[in-house]
Amino acid sequence: MKLTREDIAHIATLSRLSFDDKELDKFTKQMGEIIDMANQLQAVDTKGVPATTQVVDRDTVFREDQPEKWQSRSEMLQNVPDSSNGFIKVPVIIDKDDND
Amino acid sequence: MDYLTENIDSLNQKLAAGTVSADELLQASLDQIDEHKNLNAWITVDKDAKPQTDLDFKANKLAGIPIAVKDNIVTKGLRTTAASHILDNFMPVYDATVVQRLRKAQATIFGKTNMDEFAMGSSTEHSYFGLTRNPWELNHVPGGSSGGSAAAVASGQVVAALGSDTGGSIRQPAAFNGIFGIKPTYGRVSRWGLIAFGSSLDQIGVLSKRVRDSAEVLNVIAGPDDHDATVSERPVPDFTAALGKDVKGLRVAVPKEYMSDAVDADVRQAVQKQIDALKAAGAIINEVTLPYTKYVVPTYYLIASSEASSNLQRYDGIRYGFRAKDTKNLMDVYLKSRSEGFGEEVKRRIMLGSFALSAGYYDAYFMQASRVRTLICRDFDNIFKNNDVIVGPTTTTPAFKIGEEIQDPVKMYNNDILTISANLAGLPAASIPAGLSDEGLPVGFQIMGQRFDEAHVLQTADFIERSNKFYQQKPAGLED
Repeated sequence: MKLTREDIAHIATLSRLSFDDKELDKFTKQMGEIIDMANQLQAVDTKGVPATTQVVDRDTVFREDQPEKWQSRSEMLQNVPDSSNGFIKVPVIIDKDDND
Repeated sequence: MDYLTENIDSLNQKLAAGTVSADELLQASLDQIDEHKNLNAWITVDKDAKPQTDLDFKANKLAGIPIAVKDNIVTKGLRTTAASHILDNFMPVYDATVVQRLRKAQATIFGKTNMDEFAMGSSTEHSYFGLTRNPWELNHVPGGSSGGSAAAVASGQVVAALGSDTGGSIRQPAAFNGIFGIKPTYGRVSRWGLIAFGSSLDQIGVLSKRVRDSAEVLNVIAGPDDHDATVSERPVPDFTAALGKDVKGLRVAVPKEYMSDAVDADVRQAVQKQIDALKAAGAIINEVTLPYTKYVVPTYYLIASSEASSNLQRYDGIRYGFRAKDTKNLMDVYLKSRSEGFGEEVKRRIMLGSFALSAGYYDAYFMQASRVRTLICRDFDNIFKNNDVIVGPTTTTPAFKIGEEIQDPVKMYNNDILTISANLAGLPAASIPAGLSDEGLPVGFQIMGQRFDEAHVLQTADFIERSNKFYQQKPAGLED
């Protein structure tokens, strides 16, 4: 398969990234080369082969659900870009235009 | 204090005897960092850091010894950026488990080393804080992503450093800098507090000039952790017990794919010398084949990037990290914060991962790669039925020039062909210097073991270290 500029723009939206026209051209070319490399795997016969998604030597681990003292409110807010009165401030989530 | 001729044991003895103090050791590190500023091996150095008090040199080998920490491992009160603009003001409010354990062992934690952004890269050129240089040849890369840790150790700024390895990020820079580096078995060391890249592949490990130093640090950081349920509950052996042994009867596999002409002739030659030394000392050398080697690069990049695209969703500009200005709605905050905050390579990986996981492509890309991963693991299982270790070169070439590969992602990705499999299969693997290339650059000898068998890896590395004594050489670039 060949990725088009429109495909790359769609993947960018899924990735919550935006690119200008120049970057989009560059990424279309580079992603094309990377996907060409990835396409080599289509030649491998994997019929009946299970997938490996982890190499952990333990099964699901359970623990007691015990509360513990962890970070304080001020610690948790220490890295917040914008906060007020102990709350995280976020920009308006609806376009200003939509409110009109 | 010349860290290039010291090791943890020698420093520990001097500290215990009182001929040097922990303050002096820390000052020696700070002086060396200053001396080698041109290498740009560090992102953050805390000049006000102090060694702990009441140091117990008998109980703690690491007491009072400065240890470097890669900047994707969180350190309480010490800025941690993962070399990214998106985290360039991030101040952790807790310590990673490995850092807690180093502190408990009274090591001095005082700075964070440079790396490729979010550990994505093989050259430490993809850092928001500028590239790191190779102490052997300043216009060459130190490898990556743990390039800062490797250059700091190789140039004598510290005796040991923590790194992380998702596809070779400890072993490749160790090879390029002429030092030792070990990625333990997946599940040997807690990842709690390691900024996540590829969660089924990431593993914290150690870089040092001497094999024993890495074994000593590993003794401190390994073992079960309530905060990371992927850490094995198997008992952790004393890793230094594997050292000082002979290799008589050791079964050593050499994959023919790792010694093909895709590997530079001088690299192969340096590696062959180590194999000959093992053989002369009574090791049994078996030529083997890893037929899926040609598929490991695409398999890895699909899986690692898929995991990365998921792990990096958390950088949204809301709770921590960089938030773009002049945004008009929530979507705009996400788009602008991420687009301005992430570097180009990170964006490429996120894009590749989003593609491989997206509707319509998930089975053909992510799942196919996960099935090929099984075949790659089986290749290794078969070899380990009759062998204790697998050896070969760590990289196909010595350190390449700065700027040489950065515009060609596929070429850059192919650097990792010999190191990736150990991550896909979760194996312990190390790189030990084999000698110098024709150009005078270090060549790495890679040793892989069965899962949880770091002992044979360390035993083999220790033998190579004693036989070629490469640690006596000093990086040529430091003369400049």
